[in-house]
Parts: sequence; structure tokens; C-alpha cells
Amino acid sequence: MTINEVQDKIIDEFSLFDDWMDKYNLLIDLGKELPVIDPKFKIKDFLIEGCQSKVWLHPEYDGNIISFTADSDAIITRGIVALLIKVLSGRTPEEIIAADLYFIEKIGLRQNLSPTRSNGLLSMVRQIKLYAMAYEAIKK
Amino acid sequence: MKNIAEIRADFPILNRKVYNKPLVYFDNGATTQKPKSVIDALSSVYTSYNANIHRGIHFLSDLSSEAYENSREKVRSFINAGKKEEVIFTSGTTGSINGLAFSFGERFINKGDEVIISHLEHHANIVPWQMMCERKGALLRVIPINDSGEIILEDYYKLISSKTKIVSVAQVSNALGTILPVKKIIDAAHARNIPVLIDGAQGIQHGIADMKTIDCDFYVFSGHKIYGPNGIGILYGKEKWLSELPPFQGGGDMVDKVTFEKTTYNELPFKFEAGTMNYTGAIGLSAALDYVLDIGRDNIASREKELLSYATERLTGIEGLRIYGTSDRKISTISFLLKDIHQYDTGMILDKMGIAVRTGTHCAQPLMDRYGIDGTVRASICFYNTKEEIDSLADGIEKVKSMFV
Repeated sequence: MTINEVQDKIIDEFSLFDDWMDKYNLLIDLGKELPVIDPKFKIKDFLIEGCQSKVWLHPEYDGNIISFTADSDAIITRGIVALLIKVLSGRTPEEIIAADLYFIEKIGLRQNLSPTRSNGLLSMVRQIKLYAMAYEAIKK
Repeated sequence: MKNIAEIRADFPILNRKVYNKPLVYFDNGATTQKPKSVIDALSSVYTSYNANIHRGIHFLSDLSSEAYENSREKVRSFINAGKKEEVIFTSGTTGSINGLAFSFGERFINKGDEVIISHLEHHANIVPWQMMCERKGALLRVIPINDSGEIILEDYYKLISSKTKIVSVAQVSNALGTILPVKKIIDAAHARNIPVLIDGAQGIQHGIADMKTIDCDFYVFSGHKIYGPNGIGILYGKEKWLSELPPFQGGGDMVDKVTFEKTTYNELPFKFEAGTMNYTGAIGLSAALDYVLDIGRDNIASREKELLSYATERLTGIEGLRIYGTSDRKISTISFLLKDIHQYDTGMILDKMGIAVRTGTHCAQPLMDRYGIDGTVRASICFYNTKEEIDSLADGIEKVKSMFV
């Protein structure tokens, strides 16, 4: 699936629910599918700044694609990271850099979990893109 | 006293809905909502007599200067200070402490001196002192607390020494709600002629702050936490101290005579009020104090006591809920964690139910470290809240539990 196909699938899943409480339940379930970070990477180096809850994100680059593992001490946040990883993990740095993450807007994540709430959604996206840019730079 | 329906009708925002649910506002520790009388006072400045203060010779400037100075007198009488010259308008508690820490440091602190604060202070009563201590080579000493969230007086008495130059503590802990024994703290410091600053940010709106009775040397608070506008606050200081201190900001209005060689300063309180002050905020604050007096401070305190005891009973009845701050002497603030659920998850779900609480460290990271946690959920209740709202909170917490456990 392309990045956009995954995004569309997420939008479909979320559109099944009108009530935000149900959407949160979906996020909580998604959090359970998160590829969990190796505890040895749960250190300051992999901690994303700017979140009210702690988020660790670890990239692994095999020369072609970047795979991400992550964790958070808050369950809703774990669901949000899981969504981002669903969309962006296992992609090439170019794909990640070019990705237009329209699903965030479409499922109402931006309004409901806006950066002013300090959940760090934007920090997470920025960090993922930064890793991609760094690997892209090494490749050159 | 007005009944609760009448009180709530005074606060237009309490009527609104969030996510189609009635707003339950339990974030009063962060800021309080405003009664219509305050909103009207602000609006009337701009519709009827807006002009810069202390400068004009014109009609409107006279009106606004008079209203501003009347507000100072209102604050003086509200806190029962000796003179209105001892009441300085600032931008808020943070502005007051920063200004005072700077001025006091410049005048009275030397290398090796000590400043005493407590373990449960808000960052606003830690960082300004820390900055000053770094600049002056002084040392910050901290009064420890016990597990209930009360300061340990015996340890405070041991900390006071000939090196101590000032003591600065909260009247009430913002994160836990504990009421500190300020009178005892002040008496012990005064026995050695050490001045004491009381951070009243979380105290003044819940009871009576009487300068003559508690006899502190400095008292600070914010307008927006006592139903007034934000951006206005108070630094009260005894004249004997304020007259000794250098100004913390230079600019217009605070001067007597300016030449390029030397500037002499204006008298109190203007020495500490540089530039165009937030006179609109001061006028709004005055209206807020009138409102509080109209409801009655005793009435507010007794109503909040009742709400606290009801909330404590309801919340302690929830299996797995732990309250941080269990002193017998507290205001109507309940800081808690639920099982091993992250405070952020709890706060997010409560929000979706229309219940506004605060989550996180409450600008008191050393306090959170003391408990080995990285935050709590804080429900800060005030007199316009109801038992029904506390029931909603309890139901909301049960819902959170059902989602995360």
C-alpha cells in the first residue's frame, strides 16, 4: 500500500464513528498494535520533546527503508504514534519527506489533539521527517 | 448570600457547552472565570473613559487616573494594607516575584547569603530566586515537605540562620492545595529580622489575606485568579522595605528627574510602575474584588469547604484513585492519579465529557519529583461549582477507568 492508501484506510476507519469517545477507543486499540521500541532505546536520545506525555521513537534504516518503533507512557498518545508509524514506517526517506499527511486533518486529529494541547503530534511528525532527512543526507 | 443559581448566572461563560455537553470548569487554579460586573467594567473603560493615566491634563486622563488610583485603594483595603503606596501594580504574580527578587537581590544579597523557599513552590517562586542567587553567588535553601504535602516546620526552623536574607513561600500550594502555616513561618523569620514574601496566587481567592494580621513583608497575587482580568497583579510590600529597594524596571512615570548623567526616582508606588501600566486590568481587578466582597469572603470559604469535603468523599470512593495532598488544611483543590493511567489520558477523556481539569506538573516539577511522579490530574474547585458537577467528575473518572483498565 502507498502512504496515501494507508491514510485513506485510516480515514475510512475513523469515519465509522461520529462520537469522539468511540474514536478514542479506536486510538486505544491502535496503540496496542504499536511496534514497541526496544527498552534499551527508551532513553533521552530517543525522547521527543514537546509532549505532555513521554514519547520515545527509534528509527532503523537499512539503506533503503526506515522502520520505526515507539512507545509512550500515555495510551492515547501511543495510539497517535501508532497511526503515524502505520503511515510512515517501512518507507524510503524520500517518501517520508514528500508525504502529505492529510489524514491528520481528515480524522479530526488536528482539532481534537492540536499542538496547543501539548500532545506533541506535530513534534512527532517533525521528528520522523527529520530522521528521514538525516538518512537522505547520509545517502548523498 | 446569593444562591448558587444566582451566582452562576453572574458568570456568563458557565452557561456554555463544550462538545455539546455542559461545561464543568474545574481549572480554577489556572484561571478563574469572570463575573459580568468585571466584563462590564473592562468594557466601560473602552467605551467611556479610556486614556493614559498620570500623564494627561485632559478630562478623560483624569477619569482613568482616578479609576486606576481608586483600584489601588480597593486592593489596599481588600488586603488590609497600611498604605496605598505599599500596593504596586504588576503584570501578575510571576511579574511581582521576578521584580522583587531582582530588586531585593541588588540591594540586600551578597555572596554566601541564603534564600529560603519550600519544596512545594510553583516555578514562579523558585526560578526568579534561583536566577538572583546565581547572579549574586547566594544559595537557595528548601523547606522539605511530608507525604501529606505539608511543610515540615521543624526543618524550617533549622534552616533559618544568620545567612538567611529572605524567606519566600506560598500561602497555598497550587498543585496540592495545602494551606501553609504562614503565620508561624513569618514569626520565626521576624524573630531574626528576616523579611518574608507570601505568594498569595492560590490563597487570596479562597480566604482572607489580611496584611495587618499575617504581617508579611511582601505579598503577591494575580488578578486573573480572583475573578479579575489577566495581565494584572499585585506586589504589596511594607514601605520600610520598598523604600530601600531599587526599581526593577526603568522608563516613563517611575522617574523624578532624568538627565543623561543621573536619574532620580519617583516616590512609592510609582517608582516601581514604569511605562504605561495595565490600568484597564487594574480597574477590572477592582470590580472583581467588589464582586468577591459582595458575595462575601466567609461565604466563599464556607461554600468551598463544603464542596471540598463532598469532592474528597466522592473521589476517595473511587477504587484506585490516589489523592496527592491530604493535609487537613487545604483549599478546594484535588490533585490525583487513577490506577496506573497517565494523567494525560485521564484529562483527555474528561475533556471530551466537557470537564476541564489541568494535567501535568502544574509548574511544580520539584514537587512532582518528591512524589516520584511526573504529573497529576488537578481538579481545582471554586464557589461557583456545584455538587452536581462533582458528580459529573466522579462519573467521568469511572468512565476513564472503564476505557483504560
